[in-house]
Amino acid sequence: MKARTALLLGSLSAALVAFALTSPRVVAADKVDSVADAKAFQNFFFQKFPDVKHEDFVNGPYSMNADMKRQWQEKEEFPPYEFALDAGKEMFSTPFKNGKTYADCFPNGGIGIRQNYPYFDDKEGKVVTLELALNRCREANGEAPYSYVKDEMASLTAYMAFTSRGKLMDIKIPDDPRALAAFENGKRYFYTRRGQLNFSCASCHVQSPGERIRAEILAPALGILNAMPIYRSEWSGMGTTSRRFITCNSQTRAVPLEPQADEYRDVEYFLSYVANGLPISGPGARP
Amino acid sequence: MTAFSCKPALLVALALLAGTAAPSARAQSAVADGERLAFDRGKGNCLTCHVIKGGDLPGTIGPELKDLKSKYPDRNELFAIIFDETKRNPQTMMPPFGRNRILTDQEISAIVDFLQTL
Repeated sequence: MKARTALLLGSLSAALVAFALTSPRVVAADKVDSVADAKAFQNFFFQKFPDVKHEDFVNGPYSMNADMKRQWQEKEEFPPYEFALDAGKEMFSTPFKNGKTYADCFPNGGIGIRQNYPYFDDKEGKVVTLELALNRCREANGEAPYSYVKDEMASLTAYMAFTSRGKLMDIKIPDDPRALAAFENGKRYFYTRRGQLNFSCASCHVQSPGERIRAEILAPALGILNAMPIYRSEWSGMGTTSRRFITCNSQTRAVPLEPQADEYRDVEYFLSYVANGLPISGPGARP
Repeated sequence: MTAFSCKPALLVALALLAGTAAPSARAQSAVADGERLAFDRGKGNCLTCHVIKGGDLPGTIGPELKDLKSKYPDRNELFAIIFDETKRNPQTMMPPFGRNRILTDQEISAIVDFLQTL
């Protein structure tokens, strides 16, 4: 009886909360305010963790735990992603069979531009991520695309991130309803619960950053992509942004999407946009 | 005839014995099953979020699981929380173990038995 009353009260209050949440949203639904969204997103983390320096959020779990941060800083003397960085640099300077290089595909020869990805491509009407742009560059030059979840791709993005370290994330949403729709779609994906375990991205990375699941400390969503790609000890290897999304999906027992599926591109757009103003820190190393 | 008249008394005695011994043995094994399920990473995996006596490397997302019998004297309430806590708290992190068929009703019941010993 008591349980039933509690359930009834619970669902009543849930209904009230749902009503309170939806009613102003209906009014705002015709106009997505990405600027206000980004500000609210950042302020949420700044207020929840007043002692964390804003630029430190890009260091993921290390920004949440002093002991872990010390261990990581010692490890950074000989970072585990160094081999990927060296390989990426080498790959970047090695010409394709047609004599061209990656540098020919990117603004500023691909150096120091990580902070501008992903961008909204108005010709395609879709979000283009760095990983996607790299494979398109390869294909345009007659080379087979790389796997989105393996070491070659991670090496390339590691090098491109490294040459952009410290530059502030600078994602643009052009005045195009399709760009705003992509942002909104990414936001929806981020907050939607899925999988047998019923988690959204936000359950762990907005509601619970700094908390531990077993021995692992959950990273804050703010700036989480600024550190990509990452070397993960758990993976014993490098991971691209694609790999990160797919792993998150399977860990919550959801069916992962194909790498670079529209939803993944959009969620990368959303997460990168709300991290505007925070420095690129990749490649990163995580437990 | 004498042997025959003895039998009912014996049966009653046996039944009485069984009546006391069998449920407690069953309860014992349900508690043990519940503990195994609670700690199993593929099943309850409760340690990912909760501190539980006897478990290593607990997470910190949920409250420590102790004194549950006094907090929830009605076992149905504990069962409901494990079955689908989003009903009471839509914002909860707790997976709906029953609704999403991560655990069967019987498995949840065994876990409730175990939780009530904490």
